[in-house]
Amino acid sequence: MMVPPLALFWLVLSGHYTFLLIVLGAVSVVLVCWLAWRADFPERDDVVLPLSPRLPRYVLWLGKEVLVSAVAVVRKVWSPRPDLRPVVGVTPSPDMSVFTQVVYANSITLTPGTLSLDVDEDRIEVHSLDAEDVDVLRDGEMMRRARGLETRR
Amino acid sequence: MIVLEIASGVLLAAGALFVISGGVGLLRFPDFYTRTHAAGLTDSAGAGLILLGLLLQGAGWETAVRLLIIMLFLALTSPTSTHILAHAARRDGVPVWREGDPRR
Repeated sequence: MMVPPLALFWLVLSGHYTFLLIVLGAVSVVLVCWLAWRADFPERDDVVLPLSPRLPRYVLWLGKEVLVSAVAVVRKVWSPRPDLRPVVGVTPSPDMSVFTQVVYANSITLTPGTLSLDVDEDRIEVHSLDAEDVDVLRDGEMMRRARGLETRR
Repeated sequence: MIVLEIASGVLLAAGALFVISGGVGLLRFPDFYTRTHAAGLTDSAGAGLILLGLLLQGAGWETAVRLLIIMLFLALTSPTSTHILAHAARRDGVPVWREGDPRR
């Protein structure tokens, strides 16, 4: 079921039609299908990536956040006595679609300094290098922006 | 074009700095979870800036499309795998380092 799109994707991306590369492509397609089957990956129809017109804005904003918090973590890495006060906190994520929650939890992990540990129905457990970062999450700007991606259909 | 080359060089250098910092943090930070944060530095800021820098090298649209697809996939896969690792560590009871604890 997944084979034709995957094979096409490999051919388009690789652009080299030598024997070796096509064999490698076939092996990788088989591997991906086997992994998806092992992981009980749902049928293709269930996987939708709602493309919201606000996605580019969100990506730009997230990129900025990633850079700002990356600089803060780099400071901690190079400081002679790193000022580390890691905490495990909880940030609420009420009434979210599964898609939005995945985007939100992945955005938390993508920004250095915060890391989503566990995703429940209405809250996300976060490990953070700094208690302040959890407070910033609880203020909810990232959650609001992730919510903004939900397309009204 | 010289502007593009300078911008590309700056992005590549900044990305390299983040990658090195990620490695150093991996060695210096005290426990599994804090080290995961350091590794995230390499994944998100480092890889992102290097890919952006390569994008500005102007190697033709085919390469540009491929670089964009790589960025998209990295943005999806790297936080997912990081989360799975941290989740597994948490479930298996790996203790969280607190200020004042010895390094692990």
